[in-house]
Amino acid sequence: MIAIENVTKIYGEGKSAFRALDDVSVTIKDNEFFTLLGPSGCGKTTLLRTIAGFVDPSSGSIRLGGKDILQSPPYKRPVNTVFQNYALFPHMTVAQNIAFGLEMLGKPKREVKATVEEMLELVRMTPMADRQTGQISGGQQQRVALARALAPRPQVLLLDEPLSALDFKLRKDMQLELKRLQTETGITFVFVTHDQEEALTMSDRIAVMNAGKIRQIGGARDIYDQPAERFVADFIGDTNFLDVEVLEITGDAARVRLAGGAETTARGAAEAGTGMGAATLATRPEHARLVPVGQGVMEGLLSQVVYFGTDTHYHVTLSDGAAFTLRQQNTPDMAHAFTQGDRVGIHLAPGVGQLLKD
Amino acid sequence: MSDLSAARTATERRNRWLLLSPALLILIFAAAGPLLIVVVYSFLTPGDYGGVKPEFSWNAWFSVVMERDFFTEELTFADAHLSIFWRSLKLSLMTTVAAFVFGFPTAYFIATRPKRSRDAWMLLIMIPFWTNLLIRTFAIMELIRAEGTVNTLLLWLGIIDAPIQMLFTEFSIMLGMVYVYLPLMVLPIYASMERFDFSLVEAGYDLYATRWKVLTKVIFPLVKPGVIAGSILVFVPCLGAYVTPRVLGGGKNLMLGNLIELQFGQGRNWPLGAALSLTLLAIVMVALLFYVRAAGQEGEKSHG
Repeated sequence: MIAIENVTKIYGEGKSAFRALDDVSVTIKDNEFFTLLGPSGCGKTTLLRTIAGFVDPSSGSIRLGGKDILQSPPYKRPVNTVFQNYALFPHMTVAQNIAFGLEMLGKPKREVKATVEEMLELVRMTPMADRQTGQISGGQQQRVALARALAPRPQVLLLDEPLSALDFKLRKDMQLELKRLQTETGITFVFVTHDQEEALTMSDRIAVMNAGKIRQIGGARDIYDQPAERFVADFIGDTNFLDVEVLEITGDAARVRLAGGAETTARGAAEAGTGMGAATLATRPEHARLVPVGQGVMEGLLSQVVYFGTDTHYHVTLSDGAAFTLRQQNTPDMAHAFTQGDRVGIHLAPGVGQLLKD
Repeated sequence: MSDLSAARTATERRNRWLLLSPALLILIFAAAGPLLIVVVYSFLTPGDYGGVKPEFSWNAWFSVVMERDFFTEELTFADAHLSIFWRSLKLSLMTTVAAFVFGFPTAYFIATRPKRSRDAWMLLIMIPFWTNLLIRTFAIMELIRAEGTVNTLLLWLGIIDAPIQMLFTEFSIMLGMVYVYLPLMVLPIYASMERFDFSLVEAGYDLYATRWKVLTKVIFPLVKPGVIAGSILVFVPCLGAYVTPRVLGGGKNLMLGNLIELQFGQGRNWPLGAALSLTLLAIVMVALLFYVRAAGQEGEKSHG
């Protein structure tokens, strides 16, 4: 278990001081695939490097299994990192790279050899054991970096955007591979990424970060379906923000009036703490449907239709001028009734929109 | 048509030779020619007032390592020459090692500075290098002579009672050479360190390597080509150093360069001077061969 408490990191002094981490507290459980997600500069990598020991926080504490690790140098922490650029030692073979950590720990030769073989097997690189690291592909380097970091059996594996340098198909494969490795080894993974899809597909829990702070922690579903604030809703997936007026609150549910005058229901009233009156309703593009004029709760002009293969995106300019995006699955029997320039109605699935306090 | 193309080829051929001529002239008159003259001179007989007599003789080569007793005609090793060879080799090696000991941390320091200040640091390293060799050598002399800055300071501080004899020793020659050739060690090491990916250092720390292990197992192997290049750049000119041992060695501690100069000057033995020059060249070639092989292996490792 990693207990991060009130960690703050300030770079610079005085006016130019920059809070890379602003009072961050989070507890990461054992055997968890935990993801730090956020835009670049949000502090996610700083937090990872603080756990690894390459950054000294200005204040706060980090305990690993109850032991304070901030006093230990990186080479004494039972934590290993998969670096963004892999940082494989170019003067060593694949096997020598994987053996490095074990040798530094002073493990007996026989054990080193056995573990290296086991790791090569685990990442399916056995035939490449004696290759130089410059002679293998990016995806293979990625797997060697993983094996090298896993070989010393760390309590925690830190991964700093390890998939960002890979092409789309390889990235998909490696996502599954990472998940498999995490399940097989039972090691806690702390994964840093700016790619929301990567975060949603692999993580047990996700911490969404922005401007040095953690904005929301939760499972993929929680974060996607019930974003706690506008930033999270905006950063994860596509979201339509609608100005609404709250008419009635029953527990978490609320009856709201849309700009056009129609009413619908939403949730999140209790969490967002909205009272009566003006609020923001966040709806996902796939939770709305195009309908003929007059049948929906809103109306507008279909300004653009973008075909994506599996689905089609419809961009609608609402009557009050706001933009609204819908996403509809393309099915074989689907009639493409709506074309660009049509006046259309929009149906919102009741009760799935999330109220946000603004 | 064929006449035209034939004419064109002829012109092209002439142009090719014209363009090559500057390089060829330099090679013939500045490299191959002088070397050939030196080789020929080394097999001739010394002239009475310098120069050579056109009589073939092995004597010069013979006296590089051997000497015949004037009276008994007994053959012995030329102790004087051998001790100078030995001193040259020893001082050059020690200078190279000392330059590495001081140069490596210096290069590391500069390479780890922010990008903007690196050039300023390199300039500081280069300024002495652009200064006249004699001035620098006499500056060292002023520092370490019996009444020089260092002795005066030590006496004033009460650390010593009498001045330490530093000038005109092997130490002073070495000090002078380290000072003079240090930039030649720093430059290539810095060049390879600048290309060094410092995230590998973090990877090393992350994988339980201590500072020392990171230095020896990660940094050093990767900047080794720079270290080898720097060592050659220091070692080779040290072997042939002339000014530094002349000024700081006080004529007692001769090195190869001084010995060669002596043969062409007071010794009036040009053939021996030529033979000694070629011996020096041979030692340098062996050193370079070592370098090429070491660097070649490195290249094979990372590419082949």
